[in-house]
Amino acid sequence: MWKFLVPMGVFVALIALFALGLNPNRDIRALPSPLLGKPAPAFELSDVLDPTQKVSNARFQGQVYVFNAWGTWCVPCREEQATLLEIAKQHVVPILGLNFNDDRARAQRWLQQLGNPYTAVAFDPDERVAIDWGVYGAPETFLVDQHGRVIYKYISPLTLEVWQTEFLPRIEAARRGGGA
Amino acid sequence: MRRAAFLAAVLLFAGAAVPAWCSDSPADVDVHGQLTDPALQARFESLTKQLRCLVCQNESIADSNAPLAEDLRREVREMLVAGKSDEAILDFMTARYGEFVRFKTPLEAKTLAIWGSPFLLLGLGAFIVFRVTRARSALPLDDEPTPGPG
Repeated sequence: MWKFLVPMGVFVALIALFALGLNPNRDIRALPSPLLGKPAPAFELSDVLDPTQKVSNARFQGQVYVFNAWGTWCVPCREEQATLLEIAKQHVVPILGLNFNDDRARAQRWLQQLGNPYTAVAFDPDERVAIDWGVYGAPETFLVDQHGRVIYKYISPLTLEVWQTEFLPRIEAARRGGGA
Repeated sequence: MRRAAFLAAVLLFAGAAVPAWCSDSPADVDVHGQLTDPALQARFESLTKQLRCLVCQNESIADSNAPLAEDLRREVREMLVAGKSDEAILDFMTARYGEFVRFKTPLEAKTLAIWGSPFLLLGLGAFIVFRVTRARSALPLDDEPTPGPG
């Protein structure tokens, strides 16, 4: 009896391990963010378009917002820009941008040429705010609820499908769940 | 007197010109970017070897040339100069990037499976070897070469 059951159990465990580990849809570089469920790091930086203006995430306190980290050196950000413009057109949530490790003039040219889906873009040339948010690549997109907690993080370019399946339900749930 | 006032003004201006965030003033770092205090430099080298660069995930931030690694080295340097402990610096990194940034997994309740599994497997292997050898030694010695006909 055991002669049969033990190898069978090992075999089933191996199949389960391979199914989890070798799943081609799993991004092995994506890491779970330790920020999830925690308060979003506060910041105040200059506006990428107007250095005399300040951009702070305190401005979005009390509402659900999207926080998107990008740079002109980031090739996938270019393809993501079209999706962000589509999302901005839906007027569901404000999109706060973080331009990091970048050059102000180049970032301004990017926004002029490709369009600007952001409510505001903070300029973070020495990556200090990006480090506080645990950003290690670009683009990275966070969802922050009305209590200022990070509720979701998506690494790699946003697509409308991801927006519909991952972001919209969470936004709905956050709004329904928390008037308090 | 006038000269002294001028000098004071120049010094004040020079001080103001250094951005507030630039806490590693030139006095803390030499021309090669090394911390002038050898004890701090030694801690810097040890800490940066223990931290993973998340852009090229198998390199430490000491080895990597990625812009993120460079900026994280700057953060480590600044925290050392500010008098933070090694533990506080590692906590700063784990709070932002998760346990994965540390090459050395700390021994905690939640990492017990990682640290314990090799011993568990070793014990299991020893048990199997013990069972098999005991079963074999209980067999009659019938595998000795039988004398052939000639």
